[in-house]
Amino acid sequence: MQVLVCVKQIPDPASPSLLDPDTNRLVRPPEQVLDDTDRYGIEVGLQLAEQTDGAVTLLSMGPTGTMQGVRQALAMGADKAVLVDDPALEDSDALTTAKVLAAAARREGFDVLVTGVESTDGYSGVVPQMAAELLGVPALTFARRVEMDGPDLRIERQTASGFDVVLSPLPAVLSVTAGAVEPRYPTFRGIMAARNKPVDTLTAADLSVTSDPGQRIVSVAPAPERQAGEVVEDGGTGHLRIVEFLESARII
Amino acid sequence: MVTWVFAEATERGPGEPALEVLSEAASHGEAIAVYLGEASDQALAVLGAYGASTVFKLTGGGDLPAAAAAAALAELVEREAPAAVLFAQTYTSRDVAGRLAARIDRPVISNAVDVAIDDGYAVTSEIFGGTQLVRTAFSGPGPHLVLVRPKSFSAEERGGTVNRVEEYPLPDAGHAGSPQVVDTTVEQAEGPQLGSAKVIISGGRGLGSAEAYSLIEDVAEPLGAATGATRAIVDAGWVPYAKQVGQTGKTVKPEVYIACGVSGAMQHLVGMKDSKRIVAINKDPEAPIFSVADLGVIGDVHNVLPRLAEELRGRD
Repeated sequence: MQVLVCVKQIPDPASPSLLDPDTNRLVRPPEQVLDDTDRYGIEVGLQLAEQTDGAVTLLSMGPTGTMQGVRQALAMGADKAVLVDDPALEDSDALTTAKVLAAAARREGFDVLVTGVESTDGYSGVVPQMAAELLGVPALTFARRVEMDGPDLRIERQTASGFDVVLSPLPAVLSVTAGAVEPRYPTFRGIMAARNKPVDTLTAADLSVTSDPGQRIVSVAPAPERQAGEVVEDGGTGHLRIVEFLESARII
Repeated sequence: MVTWVFAEATERGPGEPALEVLSEAASHGEAIAVYLGEASDQALAVLGAYGASTVFKLTGGGDLPAAAAAAALAELVEREAPAAVLFAQTYTSRDVAGRLAARIDRPVISNAVDVAIDDGYAVTSEIFGGTQLVRTAFSGPGPHLVLVRPKSFSAEERGGTVNRVEEYPLPDAGHAGSPQVVDTTVEQAEGPQLGSAKVIISGGRGLGSAEAYSLIEDVAEPLGAATGATRAIVDAGWVPYAKQVGQTGKTVKPEVYIACGVSGAMQHLVGMKDSKRIVAINKDPEAPIFSVADLGVIGDVHNVLPRLAEELRGRD
């Protein structure tokens, strides 16, 4: 079966994030990394392909001018990648992103389109649902466990109070939570092989998608900061200080 | 100005996050509720009390009704032309909002912590772990679509009643609406709930093992506190997801939040930093959680929590 996995290249979350004060755009460093939460989707995609003798193609949208994060994803074992990297997509919102991914998915053909629940840097959390709508397929969102059940996909879908077991025919969009699987580490061989795997680079025009975010940032301001309070060493009596605190808050 | 608010049925009627948004919308003009699920007279009375003048009841739609609900909403907004449709950021509402946005080709802004209804529905959201507030305005035609984080507004009864109810059977969504729910599991235990408890005590990686989570429960019990967790220990499988507090879990605002062995990753801070008071216990004096804590105790949770539990039990 044909498995597509959406991955995102983002600024390294370990380094401080900055906004350009003139444009209010995120300052994107030249080198970007694979969004760590995408590793769960890649692992699910690889397992589905392994179970069905299928192939995994990565889909990623820029604009980044870099391929480092995609190579990291390929190193885990995907067969190839499609990277839509275009300065025209600089101001893309969630819907434009979904249009690009859906158009690329239609172009590649798919049985399952796997995504994370939300990206680490933008976390709009609606791209999988939008892509599913554009593709006219079920959106199996917030999946914490995934397996094939005959021709269908069986998932555990997170709910506010627990989970539902959902059975769905294919093709479908599947968004997986962190913790759904244990992502594999790329092997040295995988890293070497990733350098030579095919990456198809497309523009927005290749997919006939135009970017119109329909929204603009008016202002960015620091949030009111919480003041750090009293910090004490435990020294065997920390629990009594907490009890005093709870008394003063009239909790006990 | 007419604002629509999407609400889903839960086992206890309209969900609290949607009622928060509904009462905020009603305080700025006319509010109409779009209600997905079994709409009993009692549910309608609740929607009216929180400010809905009209209710569109969406009925049917199968086990995963988001696709059908989005299709119905697209028809309804075309016909009625509301200025905006606001959604609480819960699982099914998120699915419906995303699908509706794609269907009517309008943007949706997620993670709102405030919506300026009188100012073109300009949205305030938090970025960089809640350290920066971004205000975003819609630049195209409506309806403007917004997903609002739970606890951004307080749910207030306004004492009104619904004066118009229109039932709208959901269309057949075809393949997109074909998944079936074959089993439902409730993981959340009885007792104090994260959404409503006055005190929440949460555990993180610093507990060291799944077994050590019992230290959290031992303190929670005499306090009548709800128990929470960081994403790290949920992902590790120590506790169920229903306990997760943070960006991908629940947003909470209790009177007191006690963070135990929690480092204070942005992911977690976003979900709890608006608690009225915060207590942190961590053996690492450099842990970021201390920068938001009203009281910080530098110590090992394995030592502090048993003593705290014993002290609290002695007071009962």
